[in-house]
Amino acid sequence: MPVMILFAASLTVIGAVMVITRRIAVHAVLWLVVTFLALACVFTLLGAPFAAALEVIIYAGAIMVLFIFVIMMIGPAQPESDREKEWLRPRAWLGPAILATLLCGELLFGLRATPHTGTPAPITPRDVGLSLFGPCVMMVELASFLLLAGLVTAFHIGRHRPETP
Amino acid sequence: MTQPPLLTIILTPLLILALATLLTWVERRLLGLWQDRYGPNRVGPGGLFQAVADGIKLLFKQDWIPPFADKAVFILAPAIGMMTVMLSFAVIPVTARQSIADHLNVGLLFVLAMMSLGVYAVVLAGWASNSKYALLGGMRAAAQMISYEVFMGLSLLGVVMITGSFSLHDIVTAQSGLWFIIPQCAGFVVFLLAGIAETHRLPFDLPEGENELGAGFHTEYSGMKFGMFFLAEYAGIILVSALVTTLYLGGWQGPLLPPVLWFALKTGALVAFFILLRAALPRPRYDQLMALGWKVLLPVSLLNIAATGTVLMLHAPG
Repeated sequence: MPVMILFAASLTVIGAVMVITRRIAVHAVLWLVVTFLALACVFTLLGAPFAAALEVIIYAGAIMVLFIFVIMMIGPAQPESDREKEWLRPRAWLGPAILATLLCGELLFGLRATPHTGTPAPITPRDVGLSLFGPCVMMVELASFLLLAGLVTAFHIGRHRPETP
Repeated sequence: MTQPPLLTIILTPLLILALATLLTWVERRLLGLWQDRYGPNRVGPGGLFQAVADGIKLLFKQDWIPPFADKAVFILAPAIGMMTVMLSFAVIPVTARQSIADHLNVGLLFVLAMMSLGVYAVVLAGWASNSKYALLGGMRAAAQMISYEVFMGLSLLGVVMITGSFSLHDIVTAQSGLWFIIPQCAGFVVFLLAGIAETHRLPFDLPEGENELGAGFHTEYSGMKFGMFFLAEYAGIILVSALVTTLYLGGWQGPLLPPVLWFALKTGALVAFFILLRAALPRPRYDQLMALGWKVLLPVSLLNIAATGTVLMLHAPG
């Protein structure tokens, strides 16, 4: 089991690195999809198949398709990719790289310090539902407020207004 | 839960490929029957080997990638289409014993996930072809499939609420008294329509509407890469029919006949219905398709959920 998790986790990292280094936007989105699929594998192996299914349905299957849809609508612009090439200069990477290495070291140290408890019991869809509408019901309601606000805003922006003279 | 034998895992995709190939012939014969003509009847008994002949022809065609296409994505797209459909069959319970993973506790969500990934096949084919017709087809496909996925998921919720499980095996077992097509008739209709739109079959085949878009998203494809889109579409028909059978028509259950035969009969009847739709209905306009989805199917499926929930609450013990 740990081998599988490590494999899926390294796929996630490789995918994420490919996302930020690709020049063609659609390729970057595809690598992001690979990242999400690998992440879903990690979730499944950790005993959360429900989270994995939602990861694939919502992130890989819906949001990323919308990304591709928008990229197809707009089309790539050459000046844009030239400008992005500027961002990928090694000097710009130095600061973030040092900070990220420090964070990574801290994470490894923290992981070593916490005792390994083995694979937890699988979380069924029923467990997720019970906790969403039990202890977390407040957060569910707040999130639905937020989504409703977003929906109303999108409707307002997208509405066809009659031409005013 | 026992591990399925390796043989089942290897044989299932082969069987589905064979069935999808056969279906290309069945469709043409049935269309011929309904349109009062013969259809392919020359090769082999009743024209049965026409499917094989077509397969050989496609395999021997030159494998050509247009020089202006994005090569990697161009090759990837048909493979995604085939793979997502094939993987979905893993959770379909053919009978109580014959299945690969029908006890998976997120089985239904797995199918939905695979279907939502299936959108990439069409969208990426449209984008990678780097041609206007293909791009327009791909964009239509993206909008259509994303919209219809919403109602597809919502229409299934009624079934899940009654059963209390996402496992397809449990869903079939819960229908031993009454098939879900009766309490969930609204969900059944919405799911069937969404299924047709998901497989982009006529009358909802606007991504490849030939009189305005050439061949739509697969305009630039030829040879076996086109063949894979073609077979994936037919496998998709079988998948949606098998899903409707499992979710609403009681799966393998039925009197007298053995379970496998019941499953095959129900699925076969639905496949024939799919083909009949193609023979009988004209294609709607694109805005009509979207309006039907968001203004009719979405409210209907939401009302269905509300009604199912109310009935379940009233009948709940305690």
